[in-house]
Amino acid sequence: MKIIVAIKQVPDRDAQFRIDPSAKWIEEADLQFALNESDAYALEEALQLKEKHGGEVIVLSAGPERIGQTIREALAKGADRAINIACEDLGTRDALGVARLLAAAAKQESPDLLLTGLQSEDLGLGQTGVILAELLGLPHATLILHVETTESGLKVKRELEEGWFQEIEMPTPAVLTIQSGGNKLRYATLMGIKKAKTKEVRQLGAAELGVDAAPVVVLDRVTLPHKQKSTQILPGSPKEAAAALVEKLKFEVRVL
Amino acid sequence: MSGILVVVEQREGRIARISWEAIAAGQRLAAQTGEPVSAILIGSETEALAAEVSAKPVAKVIRVEHPLLAHYTSDGFALALQQLLQTESPAYVVLPHTYQVRDYAPALAARLGEVLISDVVDIGAAATDAGPVFTRQLMQGRLNGIYKHQGSGPCFVSVQAGAFRVEAADATTAPAGITTFTPTIEAAQIRTKPSEPFRGSTQTVDLGSAQLIVSVGRGIKEAENLPLVQDLATALGAELAASRPICDNGWLPMERQVGSSGQTVAPKLYLAVGISGAIQHLVGMKGSQCIVAINKDPDAPIFEVADYGIVGDLFELVPALTEAIKAARR
Repeated sequence: MKIIVAIKQVPDRDAQFRIDPSAKWIEEADLQFALNESDAYALEEALQLKEKHGGEVIVLSAGPERIGQTIREALAKGADRAINIACEDLGTRDALGVARLLAAAAKQESPDLLLTGLQSEDLGLGQTGVILAELLGLPHATLILHVETTESGLKVKRELEEGWFQEIEMPTPAVLTIQSGGNKLRYATLMGIKKAKTKEVRQLGAAELGVDAAPVVVLDRVTLPHKQKSTQILPGSPKEAAAALVEKLKFEVRVL
Repeated sequence: MSGILVVVEQREGRIARISWEAIAAGQRLAAQTGEPVSAILIGSETEALAAEVSAKPVAKVIRVEHPLLAHYTSDGFALALQQLLQTESPAYVVLPHTYQVRDYAPALAARLGEVLISDVVDIGAAATDAGPVFTRQLMQGRLNGIYKHQGSGPCFVSVQAGAFRVEAADATTAPAGITTFTPTIEAAQIRTKPSEPFRGSTQTVDLGSAQLIVSVGRGIKEAENLPLVQDLATALGAELAASRPICDNGWLPMERQVGSSGQTVAPKLYLAVGISGAIQHLVGMKGSQCIVAINKDPDAPIFEVADYGIVGDLFELVPALTEAIKAARR
């Protein structure tokens, strides 16, 4: 089975975010970047499918130079090779623009299965996989926790809201967006890290894919959220803060 | 192009609250643009539901009816709506941001060369007369992004649960007219076969009826640290719950998960320990009577909904709080 996993590099979730002077985006200079969490689960699912059925796992990404580190991490975990679309202006493209880049690159490989995380931690659009399916003319399913192969294609377990699930059968090739938690993530081994250095990372240019970059939807500016409630912050040492909270729980919330 | 179409979602023959909120969002757009709002109901045999929707402040209700729409499929719904949009050519399409909408709306928008503005929490007026602007959360709720639509086709917007007040969709007018639209769908065009929905493992923990909940998130770092929070829950006489990553890692069973994919709770006290407060978690607990947050990051979104907050290291604060509660109980 030939599997493409579309991955995204996102700012570390614990970072302190500062809006940049243009108010169009955030200051990136001091940020650490990491593999988007649900994409890590998509990669894990792909690696497990390969272990069961054989084949190849190809990591596909789009982004600026710093994405190289995230690609190496994916290769160290066991992906066979990578394709990156060098793209410095990712932020000015909308979800369709990014998906068009990924679709153009994926098409050249004719995969049996295309996986991606259900949502990115930075923009949270949750659309890339579904748009990829549309652009490639493939069936898709979202929020997938488990993938099984059948004689005619796939049987997948889809998460619904409030603790419900459903199974979906579909032919391949197909696109799935993977929910976190379906598998246990692996760590890269020392051997894996060593091997990753020799694996192929093919660089494509956004321009050579012939994709129109004009966005339909634009991020006009970034702002700080309004607070919904006025939070009373209890100051002091841990002991003082704990004592203050116990007072509140006793006399105001009345649960002690 | 004119008009605002709001897609109303039914589940098990019921219309969920988020769909009324979507109508309220449609009303907000109507107030800014002067366009009329119509409601769309997709399915098979939806007469009774259509009557319910027609009592809301909408100009008309369009039933998109087909036997192949009885069960949701992405292919069926996208195809049906695509045909409806060709007929209606609306300026705006507003949808509730549900798992179902997330599954088909991005494909439908892309088919028309458009992009869904997903998970919108606010709709405002632009400084100039350039049309409405849409607010979405970025960086897991730490920042907001203000988005504009500049495509030539319809503007697709999905709205977050709880973001628009449902009262704005309350009826005051005479019932709206109901029309039926029959799309052309062939069985072969639907490529996926969904099963009936089923429940996960049997629920032995009913967090929904718990009065006191101590909930733990990523900040706990390791499974080995969980007893710290368990001790606090025990001292308080509270149920232990968790945010998704804790259950994803298998540190606590899925049935203890609070949030959009887990349980929805509304206890007297919800004490969130090391939970940053991504929206998927907040929707499951923001109805709690009192929310207390312990987190090292003063900018964590959990503080936007908390009544009381302590900013600091949970590994120092939680034992101190457990001791203080035990002392108060003695």
